[in-house]
Amino acid sequence: MAVVETRNVTKVFKEGELGAVNNVNLATEEGEFLVFLGPSGSGKTTLLRMIAGLETPTSGEILIGGQVVNDLSPRERRIAMVFQSYALYPHLSVYNNICFPLKAQKVPRNLHKQKVEWAAGLLGIGKLLDRKPRELSGGERQRVALARAIVREPAVFLLDEPLSNLDAKLRASAREELEQFHKSVGTTTIYVTHDQVEAMAMGDRVVVLNHGVVRQIGTPKEVYEQPADTFVATFLGSPPMNLIEFPGVIVGFRPEAFLPSDLVPGSRQVKFRYHVKYVEYLGAERVLYGNIEGHLEAKEIVARLSWNMPSGYDAGSVHDFSVAETDLRFFDRKTEKRAEPKPYPWQ
Amino acid sequence: MNRGLLRKIGARVAHVLVLFVFVVLLAFPFYWMVVATFKQNLDLYKMDNNPFLFNLPPTLDNLRLLFNETRFVLWLWNTALVGVIVVGITLLLAVPAAYALTRLTGKWGERLGIVIFLTYLVPPTLLFIPLSRVVAILGLQDTLWALVVVYPTFTIPFSIWLLMAFFKSIPKELEDAAMVDGLSRFQAFVKMVIPISISGILTVVIFTFTLVIQEFVYALTFISPESKQMVGVGIPIFLVRGDVYFWGSLMAACLIASLPIAFLYNLFLDRFIAGFTVGAVK
Amino acid sequence: MAIARTSRIKSAGAAQSPLLGAAMFAPAVLYILALIGAPFLLAIFYAFSDARIGSTELHFVGFENFRSILHSPSFRQAVQNSIVFTVCAQAIVIVCSLTLSTALEQPFRGRGLVRFLILLPWVAPVSLGTIGWKWILDSIYSVITWVLVYFHFFTPFNTPMWLGEPHLAMASVICVHCWRLIPFSTVVMLAGRSAIPREIPEAAAIDGAGFWRTLFRIRIPMMLPIINVAVLFGTIFTFTDMTVVYILTAGGPFDSTQTLPSLAFATGVQGSDLAAGAAISLFLVPVLILVAYFMLRVAHRAEVT
Repeated sequence: MAVVETRNVTKVFKEGELGAVNNVNLATEEGEFLVFLGPSGSGKTTLLRMIAGLETPTSGEILIGGQVVNDLSPRERRIAMVFQSYALYPHLSVYNNICFPLKAQKVPRNLHKQKVEWAAGLLGIGKLLDRKPRELSGGERQRVALARAIVREPAVFLLDEPLSNLDAKLRASAREELEQFHKSVGTTTIYVTHDQVEAMAMGDRVVVLNHGVVRQIGTPKEVYEQPADTFVATFLGSPPMNLIEFPGVIVGFRPEAFLPSDLVPGSRQVKFRYHVKYVEYLGAERVLYGNIEGHLEAKEIVARLSWNMPSGYDAGSVHDFSVAETDLRFFDRKTEKRAEPKPYPWQ
Repeated sequence: MNRGLLRKIGARVAHVLVLFVFVVLLAFPFYWMVVATFKQNLDLYKMDNNPFLFNLPPTLDNLRLLFNETRFVLWLWNTALVGVIVVGITLLLAVPAAYALTRLTGKWGERLGIVIFLTYLVPPTLLFIPLSRVVAILGLQDTLWALVVVYPTFTIPFSIWLLMAFFKSIPKELEDAAMVDGLSRFQAFVKMVIPISISGILTVVIFTFTLVIQEFVYALTFISPESKQMVGVGIPIFLVRGDVYFWGSLMAACLIASLPIAFLYNLFLDRFIAGFTVGAVK
Repeated sequence: MAIARTSRIKSAGAAQSPLLGAAMFAPAVLYILALIGAPFLLAIFYAFSDARIGSTELHFVGFENFRSILHSPSFRQAVQNSIVFTVCAQAIVIVCSLTLSTALEQPFRGRGLVRFLILLPWVAPVSLGTIGWKWILDSIYSVITWVLVYFHFFTPFNTPMWLGEPHLAMASVICVHCWRLIPFSTVVMLAGRSAIPREIPEAAAIDGAGFWRTLFRIRIPMMLPIINVAVLFGTIFTFTDMTVVYILTAGGPFDSTQTLPSLAFATGVQGSDLAAGAAISLFLVPVLILVAYFMLRVAHRAEVT
């Protein structure tokens, strides 16, 4: 049975305007790490807050553990949430922060100490129990927030962009800690982020959202390699997929699939004359920006060469570049959704 | 499901009840003042009549009495005059002071700012006795100049305080850019900072004015003759003639003197409160 | 061009210009020193002298003024009243403003109007609002009395003398102070509430806390600095006020509502005994120092966190 399920959930803030969330249908799988991915304003946080009970859906149902929870307050759902700012109670010690949910839910007093110490131990913050939140670093605060969430042994964890307040260096190690945490605890987790790298690295499955609408649900591999529409195709992957418009169809291919012709194996490939405009040297790879010859002059096309590929593709040079046919993706020009391959429109 | 709904209704009812009770308790004197202003004396002084309604038709007599047979209009004029001059003095002294304390003096500037704030805590009821002597010695007894000289002592600290909070929110880069372009520090202040701070300065003007109108102790102590009174003292002391209180006119006067400030205050309230809570609320 | 420009840059890098700064705030500081500092010292001086209005004689009399004041029952009553009025008023005001600010926090239709109405007691000049209350509390014509008679709590000829009976008079003074302060306190509390990040009460809701637990364990502790500020200012406003007492009861009946400031006025200005008046008003200072100390502590704590 799915732990969290939404059925046709819609949220409209202002009458007559497009909803923040429009007709979202999804279901989590037991114990999975599900990521809501999308740009700001895509409705991912609103969706999370509706699952938490902090917002009420305008229409549709939210189910937790098979039970419709629309009318239940947050504390009646068996959820725990970690906010972007962590929302630690600044006037309480770490111990009392973690203990707060236990007190609020009237857990017998003799169990408090044991549970707090268990949660703290799980996150390695046993030594910090006497401190106040303002004395902690960003990473430590995240751990306290997680401890406070886990101490109640909820059915679902909801995480709202917990890494965005950390600086870049810290983010990588904090991300790793979160992944370890999920492995050891195994609770179903819904994680909201706008960072597609985080989504790909951490998620078992990714729900890609834009303008309150679900664009695709799938594993990182599925959404990256088989995008359902041009939005998903360009949102995942950096630099984004190259898109070329033709009458009736849009053709796409990823920069890493766009290589010098002699490096593309097999005969089923499409060749282009590529004029390199400028090059970014990034150490492990080189990113080339240029244009394809022909009537496609206007659109800039990106190529990614890894460090061990030959050099000589400098600014101002012109080369033969190819894409393997299997790496081409086709999208309907009108709906921008994934379509069947069409015969080469550029011949 | 029912419990949740019941709880929501209960919360709603409690909410409305609390608001209703407080609005009535706090505002009813003013409603009452409005009614009394237009009530005929016969209606007002009859014990059996319902005080909340007009038992006899409303009248403008109280207002007529107020404007024609008392010095009320003169007092309003006195108050306005003192207000304008005090606002001028306050701006002249407080604006540069606040700027200096925010930008030019670093750590000890902050400390000095706090000391200035503390002077605000020295009440008129402590200083009025020695000040009355000072005023007498200076020959300002019974003139409006006594107030013009003394009032800035509480309008300036408060204004410095308000303005410091305001100046802090202006990015330093603005003046730095002006100075790189060749202006001196002082020129940058006059040409760049002041124009941007108009809303802060306006706030100070409004509140200085309200502080002037509200003041009672000094106005009572320094000025005796009826013709020189401020409105806050004139009304309670002089409109009350002996044991006969002209309540209708009295209430009219109170209303007229209070309502304009109420409107202005309401508009600028958030800034005002930011001044009081500076430091305690981030 | 470039050279001419650089030569005109006047220490743009030096953000501190102490001399200009001193020049800019010297007028304000001098004004305050002259008209607050000097009179303050003068008050102390007078307290030890025999200054009177209308007399140019001035002799040093040591602690004589203080001795006679401390023996005066009016004085002792005034000290007691000042403390009682202030403490009672603050207690009532804090509870009321916490309640009211809770009700006002969420937006609702008509909130602007409600806020305007609620603020009226505070924005109207003290003397004028108090005069209104004088009529409302009049022994014969009181509106409140009329309502109570209407509901048969009293007979028309046995009505309470709100300002004439000592205990009722004291309660009336406290009430008027509360009436004036609740708006101010409420607005300060609202500022305090809005400073609580939205996510913290939400986290509390998710953690399982209901309305009361969130209020007492989360909201109020986080608002303590603001509550402090409201209490400290309220204390000053009540403790040092003479207007309400002067207009409402003039200290009567029989000194039952006399406070330190009103007694100082009655003695020093009405009674022409400047020295005794100054001495009485000096007793305000200990409380002011206490308040100043606590305010500084709040400000310091806020800087540190």
